[in-house]
Amino acid sequence: MAVSALPASLLDLVGSTPLIELSRLSPSPAVRLYAKLEGQNPSGSIKDRVAQAMLDAAEAAGELAPGRRLLEPTSGNTGIALALQARLRGYELTCVVPSNVTAERRRLLRLYGAEIVESPGEEGSNGAVRAALQLAEGDASYFMPFQYANEANPRAHYEGTGAEIAAALDRVDVLVAGLGTGGTLMGAGERIREAFPEVVIAAAEPLPGDEVMGLRSLADGYVPPILDVSRLDRKLLVTNAEAVAGLRLLLEREGVLGGVSSGAVVHAALRLAEELEEGVVVCVLADGGWKYLSADFWDAGDVDAAMEKTVWW
Amino acid sequence: MAAVRIPPTLRAEVGGARELEVTGSTVAEVIDDLVTRFPALATQLLHDGELAPFVNVYVGGEDVRMRDGLDTEVGAGDHLILLPAMAGGC
Repeated sequence: MAVSALPASLLDLVGSTPLIELSRLSPSPAVRLYAKLEGQNPSGSIKDRVAQAMLDAAEAAGELAPGRRLLEPTSGNTGIALALQARLRGYELTCVVPSNVTAERRRLLRLYGAEIVESPGEEGSNGAVRAALQLAEGDASYFMPFQYANEANPRAHYEGTGAEIAAALDRVDVLVAGLGTGGTLMGAGERIREAFPEVVIAAAEPLPGDEVMGLRSLADGYVPPILDVSRLDRKLLVTNAEAVAGLRLLLEREGVLGGVSSGAVVHAALRLAEELEEGVVVCVLADGGWKYLSADFWDAGDVDAAMEKTVWW
Repeated sequence: MAAVRIPPTLRAEVGGARELEVTGSTVAEVIDDLVTRFPALATQLLHDGELAPFVNVYVGGEDVRMRDGLDTEVGAGDHLILLPAMAGGC
């Protein structure tokens, strides 16, 4: 008689992801390492939380209603998450995607029903943001959730990711997540800091290859409006080769197949764990490794060289 | 001597170099050295005496804004990285 408790659709299965201990990766028994497995969300990444929260908020505010089309600049996960939401809610979706993302991402977006507009790969995510903003300006039927500036993004992590971690553990000394829009670090960071005021909020940040920086000048740089770097305690640059080494270690020791940013988070977490005599380090692993299998870094002798032409997270 | 990695967007200002040797025991002194040698960098790197908002500086792989900012110490063999602030986030 548990019928009413069954999920009505995949949308009911967003969040409440597993938190597991990574005891085989921890540098010492007194430092406990945990991982939040966001790849377990319905479309395979943490972005299900963000997509759902942004569309819920837009519908509640009356900004999004049948007849409008969704548009978002994304190198993959947010687009796939929005495409799942769009399909089940009955909207069309256009994603502006850098031309050099992996084939799986493009194929997944199309299979989920999204239309793809490419932006120049060498301009990276900044180029996709610019192109999407231009498209939205020229066509009023588009509704752009725009995760970089949408407060529902960090709020999804405050009410979801962060609250779940705070409820599951009685101590958190370090929270490590990848830095992209800043949504996870801002939202989950704030929620966990409320529960554990001394927590160190640490960002793992990608070191992009020269060819994907794509900026004519520093003034073309972009800091997402939702990101307030003064609320980060540490910000560690992780090379692509270090991220892949972290990814391999995570798979070898714990059997977890993570994506590139998960490898970077593990790399940064191990570096920070080395600084602790005891404590609890929590890693947010944003997606699984499935969408990266066609990439050519797995067998490359020079991993950084193999990865420098693509935006990985 | 420490070394600074120059991002592609700034290489024209430093004669095309990908990496430069620099002197200085803090980030401020290193930037001072760079700006003295390549004056065109001044407006790009600094804004009202602080790091310009779209520039990130890393020492030992860590963003100096989360350490001591321009006062962050630089050791003799340290490797600094200058990067433009970029959007990410899939």
